[in-house]
Amino acid sequence: MNLYSDEHNLTVNLEIELLLEAIFQQYGYDFRNYSKAHVKRRLLSRLSTSGLKSISEMQHKVLHEPGFFDQLLRDLSINVTEMFRDPSFYLAIRKEIIPILKTYPFIKVWHAGCSTGEEVYSFAILLKEEGLYNRVQIYATDFNTNVLEIAKKGIYPINRIKEFTANYQQAGGRQSFSDYYMADYNSVIFDQSLKKNIVFAEHNLVTDSVFAEVNIIICRNVLIYFNRDLQDTVFNLFSDSLINGGFLCLGSKETIQFSSKAGLYETVNFQEKLYKKRIV
Amino acid sequence: MDIKRKSVNKMHGIVIGSSTGGFYALKKIITSLPKGFSLPIMIAQHISPNSDNFMAKYFDGLSLVTVKEADEKEPILPGVVYIAPPNYHLLIEEDFTLTLSTEEKRNYARPSVDVLFESAAYAFGPKLIGVVLTGANNDGAKGLLAIKNFGGTTIVQNPKEAEAYVMPQAALETANPDFVLSLDEITKKLIELENLFRGESSNQ
Ligand SMILES: C[S@@+](CC[C@H](N)C(=O)[O-])C[C@H]1O[C@@H](n2cnc3c(N)ncnc32)[C@H](O)[C@@H]1O
Repeated sequence: MNLYSDEHNLTVNLEIELLLEAIFQQYGYDFRNYSKAHVKRRLLSRLSTSGLKSISEMQHKVLHEPGFFDQLLRDLSINVTEMFRDPSFYLAIRKEIIPILKTYPFIKVWHAGCSTGEEVYSFAILLKEEGLYNRVQIYATDFNTNVLEIAKKGIYPINRIKEFTANYQQAGGRQSFSDYYMADYNSVIFDQSLKKNIVFAEHNLVTDSVFAEVNIIICRNVLIYFNRDLQDTVFNLFSDSLINGGFLCLGSKETIQFSSKAGLYETVNFQEKLYKKRIV
Repeated sequence: MDIKRKSVNKMHGIVIGSSTGGFYALKKIITSLPKGFSLPIMIAQHISPNSDNFMAKYFDGLSLVTVKEADEKEPILPGVVYIAPPNYHLLIEEDFTLTLSTEEKRNYARPSVDVLFESAAYAFGPKLIGVVLTGANNDGAKGLLAIKNFGGTTIVQNPKEAEAYVMPQAALETANPDFVLSLDEITKKLIELENLFRGESSNQ
């Protein structure tokens, strides 16, 4: 069969569907409603380096070797992140959300899809500088336990610090960024006091349910990997987890606009994708 | 045994990849497209991660076709030009919607031309036209080959004419494209192909 024919392409698509079904049934991770182009790209790129001949062979391997599933889980969950990613986002939070949070005696924050934790420590620093850190409980969750382990340590390669520092300054940082970490030869470790009010925990946005009522949800660059239906399911989960008047903060290319839950929110900042759950 | 499965009805489309010098090359092509040009165009232009969507707005103001930054999950419409946002890969879904991704850079680039072209090759198959313009690295060569393999039409800007020759040269060597053309000729070719496809679909 011609490897580049429409027929073959459709067969590959079918193999991928079957593989995702197998993964779901055996391991409980549900990628069936992730962006198909994204999943295909990641799987075919793994296939090309794996020595396997087809996605069907991959299915056999994943069913019989949990270690290989671990590999695929890493492939399918894009973990790329940075501290103070999109500095303008943090500026907008400082300006438009912090003043309202300051009126609450206690604040619960949920970072959904926190990856290796850079976003969580960034927000913790912001809360500290705004004098709010002692009134917060931060939940930082991801479905990938490998990245959570890194997040808990709060240790990052030193070669990233230049970029992080520049972001911090553009994000309205008020101190010298080096106040927040200690550097050694190849890595930096973030101040232990930043961790005091953070709980890192495994949580799957697709298959797990509400675990707390929170004032603000930060879920950035996670929903872009989901199809519209799945986005809707997750928006549902978020709406059930947010208090009335609570804030939903998405990635710069994500929007609640097309979701059936859009009506529950008012826009706080369109550019930075900050929304507020209406008080009904 | 025959395969009992309906093939999907594919649409026609154009993908363009560019890097160094791409802004002016793209401007030349996009602003020369006639009103009513009916093919969608998806563009990956290497650009600084921190830039805004100036390029899309600027081109839109100068063009007879609609130019916009690609939004995640938006359906591809005929005659609209979509530009990948800075710092995101742009992928084409096989149901002809757009996906953005923050996964690792490819060929030091995000958006990467290869990422766009490969996903487009699956989606559009033989109905795709791929164009590699000026640039200073190898991005796009493999993607153009994928388009060719799937029976699409491949066009490379003449490296001698390009502001930076490396990217078109690499595409030329890797993909052995159907056409090697100047910018003006590329625009003419796209308009000619658009007319041809339009004729095909009205005869169906
Ligand atoms: C690109 S990272 C985003 C990290 C950070 N929020 C940021 O914007 O920089 C996406 C994260 O979403 C996580 N993720 C993907 N699907 C998930 C799911 N179903 N449940 C929870 N986390 C998920 C991945 O493991 C990954 O760490």
